[in-house]
Amino acid sequence: MDKSKGIFVALVFMALALYPFVGGGGYGIDIVTKIMIYAILALSLELLVGTTGLVCFGQAAFFGIGAYAAVLFSGEQGAASILWLLPASMLAAAVYALAVGALSLRTRGVYFIMVTLAFAQMAYFVVHDTPLGGGTDGIYLYFRPTLGEKLKFDEPLVMYLFSLGTLVFVFGFLTVLLNSRFGRALAGIRVNEQRMRGTGFTTYPYKLAAFVISGGLAGLGGALFAIKDGFVNPELMSWHLSGAALMMIILGGLGHLRGALIGAFAFLLLQEFFKAEAIFGEFAKHWHLGMGIVIIAAVAVLPRGLVGLPEVLRKRLAGSGGGESRIGGLKSAQGGAK
Amino acid sequence: MNRLNPYKLAALAASLLLAAAPAYSAEKLKVGMMLPFTGTYAKLGATIKNGFKLYVQQQGGSLGGREIEYVEVDSEANPAKAVDNVNKLILQHNVDVLLGSVHSGVALAMAKRAKESGKLLIVPNAGADGVTGPLCAPNIFRTSFSNWQTGYAIGKAMAEDGHKRAVAVTWKYGSGEEQLKGFKEAFEKGGGKVIEELFVPFPNVEFQAVLTQVAAAKPDAVYSFFAGAGAVKFVKDYAAAGLKGSFPLYGTGFLTDGTLEAQGADAQGVKTALHYADQLGTPTDNAFRAAYSKAYGDQPDVYAVQGYDAAQLLKVGLTATGGDPKKSAEFAAAVRKATFDSPRGPFTISKSHNPIQDMYLREVKGDVNKVVRVVVKALEDPGRGCSMK
Amino acid sequence: MDLTTFLIQCLNAFQYGLLLFLVASGLTLIFGIMGVINLAHGSFYMIGAYLAYALAPVVASAIGGGFFATLLVGVVLSVVFGYLLEWAFYSYLYERDHLQQVLMTYGLILVFEELRSLLVGDNVYSVEIPQVLAGSIPLSEVMTYPTYRLFVSAICLVLVGAMFWVFARTRLGMMIRAGASNREMVQSLGIDISFLYRVVFAAGFALAAFAGMVAAPVSTVYPGMGGEVLIICFVVVVIGGIGSIQGALVAALLIGFVDTFGKVLVPGAAGVMVYLAMALILLWKPDGLFKAG
Repeated sequence: MDKSKGIFVALVFMALALYPFVGGGGYGIDIVTKIMIYAILALSLELLVGTTGLVCFGQAAFFGIGAYAAVLFSGEQGAASILWLLPASMLAAAVYALAVGALSLRTRGVYFIMVTLAFAQMAYFVVHDTPLGGGTDGIYLYFRPTLGEKLKFDEPLVMYLFSLGTLVFVFGFLTVLLNSRFGRALAGIRVNEQRMRGTGFTTYPYKLAAFVISGGLAGLGGALFAIKDGFVNPELMSWHLSGAALMMIILGGLGHLRGALIGAFAFLLLQEFFKAEAIFGEFAKHWHLGMGIVIIAAVAVLPRGLVGLPEVLRKRLAGSGGGESRIGGLKSAQGGAK
Repeated sequence: MNRLNPYKLAALAASLLLAAAPAYSAEKLKVGMMLPFTGTYAKLGATIKNGFKLYVQQQGGSLGGREIEYVEVDSEANPAKAVDNVNKLILQHNVDVLLGSVHSGVALAMAKRAKESGKLLIVPNAGADGVTGPLCAPNIFRTSFSNWQTGYAIGKAMAEDGHKRAVAVTWKYGSGEEQLKGFKEAFEKGGGKVIEELFVPFPNVEFQAVLTQVAAAKPDAVYSFFAGAGAVKFVKDYAAAGLKGSFPLYGTGFLTDGTLEAQGADAQGVKTALHYADQLGTPTDNAFRAAYSKAYGDQPDVYAVQGYDAAQLLKVGLTATGGDPKKSAEFAAAVRKATFDSPRGPFTISKSHNPIQDMYLREVKGDVNKVVRVVVKALEDPGRGCSMK
Repeated sequence: MDLTTFLIQCLNAFQYGLLLFLVASGLTLIFGIMGVINLAHGSFYMIGAYLAYALAPVVASAIGGGFFATLLVGVVLSVVFGYLLEWAFYSYLYERDHLQQVLMTYGLILVFEELRSLLVGDNVYSVEIPQVLAGSIPLSEVMTYPTYRLFVSAICLVLVGAMFWVFARTRLGMMIRAGASNREMVQSLGIDISFLYRVVFAAGFALAAFAGMVAAPVSTVYPGMGGEVLIICFVVVVIGGIGSIQGALVAALLIGFVDTFGKVLVPGAAGVMVYLAMALILLWKPDGLFKAG
């Protein structure tokens, strides 16, 4: 990440930290908390899709397992400590990711997408059809966890700041990870796995490690979600959420951690925008239409996602036309998927 | 930084949004409607809303001295978004009353938030037993039914009709299973026996396999729970498989409510139990139906009745508290004492805040669900798990 | 389970499998030949079903009506619509990353679903079964089988035959096969590849819409019907091997059997069976059952 982008991200985090204190009302705090939690989910997926080139269509399962684990581990007796609750939830998600990854990494391309979907659907039906997690109606948290004596997660501001802290931690962790030898190996796998293996490099353990880390981080997001809402439901594991997470990172721009961040904010704020009755009146009921049109337009003019927006604008202003030059190379990746 | 920053844009849009929300006026009472306006349940959301607004209009636009104003949020029938949507109503729009929802999972999440925040919640449809069970609270009311109630009524009716061996077919789905429990309780009490339970994964609508199993089991009668598009298809497939002539089809009311036009001739003779029926013929019902079709150019259904009664309940409570829904204890006391003159017939509210109501056995004749008889008078949900006394 | 019941269940499975094939075949064509992951395929199916519902009164007043006339008009309309859709949106996607395709076609789903809500409303509708096929055939002492379902199976079988014939025997089929494996070479032979793609896409769209129209009398017409069919179609296409018509046929029948017998044998966990089957097959054959050449 070069310097200006680092500054951009730092400014975003600073703005988020200041937001509750400079006019972020109750609802503003609530919705930004939610978006930050989804941003953690998007970041976890970015590690697989953008960095390693593994398109996982079952990320919601890990998110959901983290959420269910947080509720089930909390128990009915009293408030648990977040210090063990979060790691335990992450572990639950990571264990499932280990099993799914170990099997599904045998396939590639579109087949990988579908196998991850299959495993996610299995997890979905387990919570949906068995009394384990309350069935279709879901289960709720009796007590929100605490951190020490003072910090109670019933308090929206505590929840907000803790979610922000976690988001910053995840972002920082992934930044460090991607700049390590491990991260460069993952990037190598994305660009050309054949060549990596040709040079005697065993790629499987690296991909599996990435998968497990990603699952654990998604589980972390899920656990926060459960604590914030106090309620979990099988829909958290449905393919709709896996799809939405993919949309966020594609919209934001693949291959950049900040893309996941921007994508999560853009995707969810756009929904809020089109649902706003104050602006659209009765037509707000048809908010899907506005979302759809914006998404189609985004694909048409922003092939690299929102992170490519400044570049496109600069080129437009300079009068040198569109920025669609880097597409040719992607066709070969697609050939491999067939 | 001189470049256009997407985050700032988004933040700008969001703050515009918050600023553009209409200013809060102290006199008006804000009703936050969290109903499905898109997707499979969109029709149900619309009729509940219409029913509610109809009553308010009849009262001159205000209840208990407070002028009513509405905020609508699309629940999308998605429980994963339920808490966000309730929070939007509570925190952004600062509503005084919550109204919702259709989907049981969404309603449970709303009940949880209502319990935490103390906001008045009126549930105009979702039948999840838990809403007036473990999650019951002084500020949570339901004007529709509990899943147990509808299942219990049809179980009793089937036993009374002399059926001994029944096959149960239902979606593998919370409401379906709760209704099945109520059904078994009453049917077995009446001397019947459920010889086979068949499940269809929700929301799968391919029924041939289970219909074949029904034919092989040769029961006296069949109990079923499906709703919406699933109900239409199940009833049509049941007839097409030739089972209708051999094994009479029973179900909870959702099998034939709001779906008769699409089911056509295949629904004729299907018997269901519900707290409402078409052509009840009471003066209240006649007046309601005339007013509804005049206002919306459409025939009302049970969902419209439930919305209408939600507004009635709100009026009773507000009148007693001088227009203040926050006085939960007084509000609840007034509602518990009241008898509601509903299109479905008079009903009262139980200790766990679920309607105590007559359950009708209905039979499809032509394009209406016609009353056969009252199966249970003033059926009260046991409110299992509710601590209110 | 006695033998009669077992045989009837096999018939159910076979019939459901053929219906799945009808929808999935268009998806595997578009996916295999143009390399486009088309999430909006379920919407095409939905559009077809709503055409069957909405066109019927229009056709009735214009040319006297009847289910088959409606079907014919619907197919013509959907070919035209598919052609225009390719020209307006999909032709820009061939050069794009798979994930860009996913994003745009997801946007199209939202748009189609809302337009449906605006134009037709959110009710559940049924479509009449044509009079000549309204009867049923007795199978056991109590069970009968609707003639219309058998008719749908017959149509599917005819289409399977037609598709194999087009691919194996005709010049168009040859061009399509060549276009799928080597785009540049086909172009150098003087074949207009853009036009070829447009035709294939229109055919794929029409297949899905046709499936929707034919299925409408048995499935009813309702909001969200496209989403349900989408995932199961992807399962079929991927198990079969992307771009393989034989594969799609075998996979569709397999899913038909898994789904049917899942409901009968493990009623509590029927939902998971299809996905379990997919995971097992892909772990055993990572490129699907029939790898397209």
